[in-house]
Amino acid sequence: MTTTQPGTQHQLVVEMRDITKKFPGVIANEDVTLEVRRGEIHALLGENGAGKSTLMSVLCGLYQPDGGSLHLALHQDELHQIVLRSPRHAIHAGIGMVYQHFKLIPTFSVAENVLLGAEDTPTVLDLKQAGARIKEIGERFGLPVNPEAKVWQLSVGEQQRVEILKQLYRGASLLILDEPTAVLTPQESDALGETMHSLAASGVSIVFISHKLDEVIAYADRVTVLRDGKTAATVDVVDVTKADLARLMVGRDVLFSVEKADADLGADALVLDHVTALGDRSVTAVNDISLTVRGGEILGIAGVAGNGQKELVEVMTGLRTPTAGSITVRGNDLTGKSAIDFIRGGVAHVPADRLGQGLAGNLPLTDNVILKSFRSEPISRRSFLNKKAIHELSTRLIAAFNVLPGNPDAPASGLSGGNQQKLILAREIDATDRLAVGDEPAVLVAVYPTRGLDVGAIEIVRDALLNQRAIGAAVVMVSEDLDELRTLSDRIAVLHGGEVMGIVDPKTTSKDDLGLLMAGERLS
Amino acid sequence: MDLDLVTSILAIATFAGASLVLATIGEIFTERVGILNLGVEGMMIMGAVTGFAAAYRTNNVWFGVLIAGIVGGLMALVHAFATITLRADQIVSGLAITLLGTGLASFLGQILGPDGGALVGLTGPKFTKWPIPGLSSLPLVGEGLFNQDPIVYSLFVVVPVSWFFLYKTRPGLYLRAVGESASTSDAVGVDVFRRRYGYTVLGGVMAGIAGSHLSLSYTPGWTENLTGGRGWIVIALVIFATWNPARAVVGAWLFGGVNAIQFRLQAEGTNLPSSILNMSPYILTIVVLVLITRTDKLRQTIGAPAGLGIPYYREERG
Repeated sequence: MTTTQPGTQHQLVVEMRDITKKFPGVIANEDVTLEVRRGEIHALLGENGAGKSTLMSVLCGLYQPDGGSLHLALHQDELHQIVLRSPRHAIHAGIGMVYQHFKLIPTFSVAENVLLGAEDTPTVLDLKQAGARIKEIGERFGLPVNPEAKVWQLSVGEQQRVEILKQLYRGASLLILDEPTAVLTPQESDALGETMHSLAASGVSIVFISHKLDEVIAYADRVTVLRDGKTAATVDVVDVTKADLARLMVGRDVLFSVEKADADLGADALVLDHVTALGDRSVTAVNDISLTVRGGEILGIAGVAGNGQKELVEVMTGLRTPTAGSITVRGNDLTGKSAIDFIRGGVAHVPADRLGQGLAGNLPLTDNVILKSFRSEPISRRSFLNKKAIHELSTRLIAAFNVLPGNPDAPASGLSGGNQQKLILAREIDATDRLAVGDEPAVLVAVYPTRGLDVGAIEIVRDALLNQRAIGAAVVMVSEDLDELRTLSDRIAVLHGGEVMGIVDPKTTSKDDLGLLMAGERLS
Repeated sequence: MDLDLVTSILAIATFAGASLVLATIGEIFTERVGILNLGVEGMMIMGAVTGFAAAYRTNNVWFGVLIAGIVGGLMALVHAFATITLRADQIVSGLAITLLGTGLASFLGQILGPDGGALVGLTGPKFTKWPIPGLSSLPLVGEGLFNQDPIVYSLFVVVPVSWFFLYKTRPGLYLRAVGESASTSDAVGVDVFRRRYGYTVLGGVMAGIAGSHLSLSYTPGWTENLTGGRGWIVIALVIFATWNPARAVVGAWLFGGVNAIQFRLQAEGTNLPSSILNMSPYILTIVVLVLITRTDKLRQTIGAPAGLGIPYYREERG
C-alpha cells in the first residue's frame, strides 16, 4: 500500500509544528501538528470548520500563523524552518495547491493557465515550447491534456488534471488537493486515485483534504484527523477502520445508516411531461425530461454538477419557463406560470445558493422567515405587517429548527452555513405545512441541502426531509453525494447532459452503476 | 466617388480618431485588469486644459503632453485608491471623476491664462504636421497615414505594441488574468493590487495625453466642453473593440470617419439640420452597442473580463 522510494522511507518533507491561527472570535487552528513524508499520500480529515482549510492556507502562504513553526525539506534533504510570506513564496518553496474550486481562467488555454503560475515564464511567451513541455510532463505522470484547448471546453476531471499539471510544471514536489473528489464522478475519483499513486511513486508528496471516510481509506497511506481546530491523531490507514476514523473526526460514535420507514405513496404531486428548457446561454439544458413525483416519496436527482440540475429545479419551481412540455402540480397545469403560482400551487424550494437565492443576508431572521408567508394572515393584514405575529412565528421556527445564534433581529448573513440552511428549511417546511391540505401533498424541492454542512446539521436536515416524506409530502432532492442519495431516496433519477439517463432503485443499484449513468452511459 | 474626397475623409478620420484610439487602449488596459473607469471624459478634458496651459506657458507642446499625462494619471490614481484600496463602487467613483474633471477643467480654463485670466480664445503652440517624404504623396492613404502629427505617428507603435504586450508577453498574461479572476491570480502569486493600480494609472495617463491631442492639435486652443463626450465614446469603443487594442483602431476610424463626413456635409451645405449631424457619432455609438450585445455568439466568446468591476478581498474568511 505504502509507496515510498528505497532509502527515503519516513523522510519528512513537511513538518508543521504547533500551528495556531486565530480569526476574530474563532481559533481556527490550535497547536496543530502535521508531518508529511516524501512520496506519501497523506489525508487531512475533519469536519467542516475543523480547521483543515485554514491549516492548508497557512501551508500555501495565504495566511500567516499566529503561533508555531513550519519546516520544509522539498528542495533540500534536511528539514529547515521557513516563514512563507506569500503564495508566491510557497510556490517557490515547492508547494502546489489544487483548490476545490479550480483556480483556472476559463477563457485562457491550458498552456496559458499553466504559464500563469510558472516561475520561469519568459517575458515574451513561447506557447509552442510550453505546450511541448506540458505534454511531456503529462505523459511522464499519466495526465494527458491538450495544451491548446480552452479550459471552459474541458470536463471537470480534465480541468483538475490541468490544475495538477500546473503545479508539477512549476516544480511542485508537495501537492495539496482540497477535497479533490467533491466534483468528480466515482469513476473519475478512481482515476484520480491512480494518478495520486503514480505521482507518489515518483516521489511527489500529496496532502489531500477530505471529510469522506471511504476515500481516505481507499487512497491514503496515512491520515491526520483534525477536530475543533486541534490534531486528534495521525495514524497509518492500514491500522484503522472507518468507524475508528469517524470517532476521531466527530468525537463520538457515528451511525452510518438512517432509519427510514417504507414509502407510503400518495397521489401524483409533481408531474413533468416531456419538458425541455434552455439554459442561460440559450443552449438546451433540460432535454425532454418526464418525471412523476408522488406524495410520501423522496426522488433523488443525481448527476455531476452542471448537467441540467439547476435548470431542472428552476423549471420545477417556476423560475424558468420550459420551451416544450408541461408541468402539473397537484393536478393543476402550471406550465408557463410564474414562481408565485408555483408557490401558491404547493411547491416549496430550498435553493442551492443559500445567501444568493435562499436568504436576504442583510435582513434580520424575522424578515427572512416571512419571505414567503408575508402575503397571508396573520403575518400581514391589508398590506400592513403584523409585528407580533412575525415575532411569534420566527421565535417558534428558530426554536423548532435549533437555529443558532437564535436572535431573531440579527442579520441572516451572520449565521453559519448550517444555520442558514436550517432557517431556510424552517421557512420552506412551514410553507409546505400551510400548503398541504387534506390528501393533496405539498412538493418540496431541496437542492444540495447538506452541501458544506457539518455532521450535526446534516442530521437535522436529513431528519427534516424524511419527516416531510413521512407526512406525505413529495420531496425532490438534488445532491452530489451518492451515499446521501442512496440512503435517503426512494428512487434516483440520474441526469447527464440535461437528460434523464435512468430512474433507478437505490436498493438494487450499485454506486458504480450510478457513476456510469452520471458519466452518460445507459445501463443495459 | 471622388478620389480626393475619400482621401480627405480618410485623413480627417485618422486625425479625429487618434485621441479616441489612445484613450480607448488606455481604458482597455484598465478594464482588462478588472477596473471599470468611467472617468475617461473627466481625465481627457483635464488633460486637454492642463496640456494646453502648460504648452502655452512654456511654448513647448511636448511639455504640455507631459503635464496632460501626469494629470490624467493622478486622476486615475484617485479612482484606483477609491476602488482598489477602499473598494468603493467603481461606477460611482468613475462618474465622480468625470464630474470633477469637467467642473475643474472649466474652472482652470478661466484662471490658467496669462495673469490669472482665461485660456479661452488664446492661440498657443500646436503640433504641426510632419509629412513623411515620399509616403505622404501616396494616393488615397498617403494623406491619412503619412501626413500627420507626431502623436498620430506614435500610434503606429502604441497599437501593435499594446496588442503584443497583452497577448504575447508574460506581463500581458498576468494583466488579463487579474481581470478575469483576481483570486486565481493571487493564488499563483500575481500581485493583484499593484497591477490594478499600475494599469488604472496607465489608462489615466493615456486618457490625459489623448485629451492634450485635442487641445494641442485637433482643435488647437481651449474652449469649454472641448472633449464633447469623446470620453463616453471611448467607453463604448472598448466594448466595440471587445477589449482588443487592434480592434480599437477600427472603431476609432469608424467614429472619426462619421465625424469627418458630417463636417464635410456641413461645410458643403446640406438640408440636414446641423444638430442631427452633430448627433451622428453618438447615434452610431448606440447602434453599435445594441448590435454587439445582441450578437449572442460574440458575447459568449469574447465577453467582458469576468472580474470587471469586482473588488478583491484578501485574508478574509469566505
